[in-house]
Amino acid sequence: MPVVRIPTPLRPHSGGLDKVEVAGGTVQELFDQLGATYPALRERLFDGAELRRFVNVYVNDEDIRYLDDLATAVAATDEVSIIPAVAGG
Amino acid sequence: MSAERVLGLSCRLCGKRYPKEALNFCTDDFGPLEVIYDYEEVARTFNREAVSARGQSMWRYLELLPLDGEPTVGRHVGRTPLVRADRLAKVLGVSELYIKNDAVNYPTLSFKDRVVGAALSKAVEFGFQTVGCASTGNLANSVAANAAAAGLEAYVLIPDGLEQGKVLGAMIHGAKVIAIEGNYDQVNRLCSQIAFRFGWGFVNVNLRPYYAEGSKTVGFEIAEDLGWRAPDHVVSPMAGGSLIGKIHKAFKELELLGMLDGPVTTRMHGAQATGCNPISATVKNGVSKVRPVKNPRTIAKSLAIGDPADGFFASKLIRETGGWSDDVDDESIVDAMKLLAETEGIWTETAGGVTLAVTQRLIEQGRIDRDESIVVCITGNGLKTQEPLLERLARPVVIKPSLEEFEALVEKFTPALAAV
Repeated sequence: MPVVRIPTPLRPHSGGLDKVEVAGGTVQELFDQLGATYPALRERLFDGAELRRFVNVYVNDEDIRYLDDLATAVAATDEVSIIPAVAGG
Repeated sequence: MSAERVLGLSCRLCGKRYPKEALNFCTDDFGPLEVIYDYEEVARTFNREAVSARGQSMWRYLELLPLDGEPTVGRHVGRTPLVRADRLAKVLGVSELYIKNDAVNYPTLSFKDRVVGAALSKAVEFGFQTVGCASTGNLANSVAANAAAAGLEAYVLIPDGLEQGKVLGAMIHGAKVIAIEGNYDQVNRLCSQIAFRFGWGFVNVNLRPYYAEGSKTVGFEIAEDLGWRAPDHVVSPMAGGSLIGKIHKAFKELELLGMLDGPVTTRMHGAQATGCNPISATVKNGVSKVRPVKNPRTIAKSLAIGDPADGFFASKLIRETGGWSDDVDDESIVDAMKLLAETEGIWTETAGGVTLAVTQRLIEQGRIDRDESIVVCITGNGLKTQEPLLERLARPVVIKPSLEEFEALVEKFTPALAAV
C-alpha cells in the first residue's frame, strides 16, 4: 500500500504516526481514506474540497501541482509527503 | 528589557496564537506564523532620539526584533549605506534616487546577514546547537559564517551547480555543505523534513518567523536615513517574496509608533527574472493564486525560487500599495549590473541587476513617477557571481612596461588627452 508521510507537528492528529499506510489509487482517494481514519487531520489539510493554500503534496519527489493535482495516480510502492509550504526564501 | 515585549507567534490566516517556539506554520491551517509584539511596551524605550544615539548595527532597532534578550549572533550586522545615486538618476531620468547597498553588509556581503543575525540569536535563546538552512547561496554564506562565529554546528543545503563564490563562501567557514541534485524548491522540501526530524534550528524552516523579522531592518534603516520618512517607491528583488513585505511592515511599524513624518504611502514594487517569475506573473496576470515555476532558468540564481513561500502575500501587498512587478531577461540583468557599477561604483550580484533593470522598466512604463523618491534595494555583492560577467566583459589590454606603448594606448582611448 502507498505510504503517506505526516509532518512532525501534525502527528498528534495521526495517532502519533509519522507514516501511515493508506489504500487508494489517487492522492484524492488516499486523503479520503486518511480523513476517514483521522478526521482532525483532514480538517487541517482541506478547506472544503480543496487543499489549503499552504499545503504542498508530493508523490515521491514530484509536487502534485506539476502532475494531476489531487487526481494524481499513486502506485502501491509510492510515498506521498505532506509538506508545509511556508518555508525557505 | 521586558520579556513581555515579544508576545509570541500568530497565524497570518486564522490568528491562532502560539508561544515563542521553533515553528513556522499553523498546525490548524498551515498558514505562516508571524512574531507579534506589544507595541505599547516597545514604545516605552523606542523612539527617534533613543535609536539615533545607539550603535551602528541593525540592533539599534532591537525592540522591534524577536529576541527576549540581547543579540548574541551577528552583532555587527546592518547599517549599510543608503547612497544618493545622482549619476544613475541622471541616466534613468529621475530626480531622487537612492541605492540601499546591502552588497556591503557584514560579515558576508548580502542582506541575508540580517535575517541570520535574528534567527541565530533566537536559536541560541532556544538552546539549539545545530542550525541549518536551505539556500540559493547568500544565506548559505551567512549561516556558515555566523554559526562559525557563534560556535554552532551548521548544515547548509544548496542546489547543485551554484556559483563558485557562493559555494566557497560557505565551505570556508567549516559548515557541512551539502549540494542536492535538484533545484532550490527540492532543497527546501528536504529541509522542511530534516528540521523537524532532527530537531535542529533551520533558519528558514522552523525558525522562519524570527528569521524573516530581521529583514525589517532594511526598512528601518531606509526610513531613518531619509530623515524618518518612508520613500514614495521601493523596488525590492523577490525570491521567496518575504523581504518586500518586511520592508513595508517596517515602515508601518514606525508609523504606528509615531516615528515618521507623514503617513506611509510607499508603492512597493517587486523584481524578478523572466526565467523564474512566479510572483511577477501573478501580479501582471491579475490572479491571486501563484503558479509555481518548475524549472527556473536564470543567471540570477539567488532569485531562482520557483515556489515562493510568500508569493501570495507579496503579490497582494504590491497590488494594495499601488506598486507593480515585472521581470527581465539575462542580458538586461548584466547590462544593469554594468550600469550600476559604471555610474555609482557599486558592484552588485545578478539579483541586483534584476532589481535595477526592473526599476528602469517601471520608470519607462510610467509606473514609477520620475519626480518622486525611489529606493532600489541592492541585496548582494558582485564578487560572488562572477561567472555571467566573464564572457561579457572585455579582457584588460596587455602592454609592455613601455612609455611609448602606453602613450599609443592613451591616444586610442582618449585622443584629446594625448594631444595635450
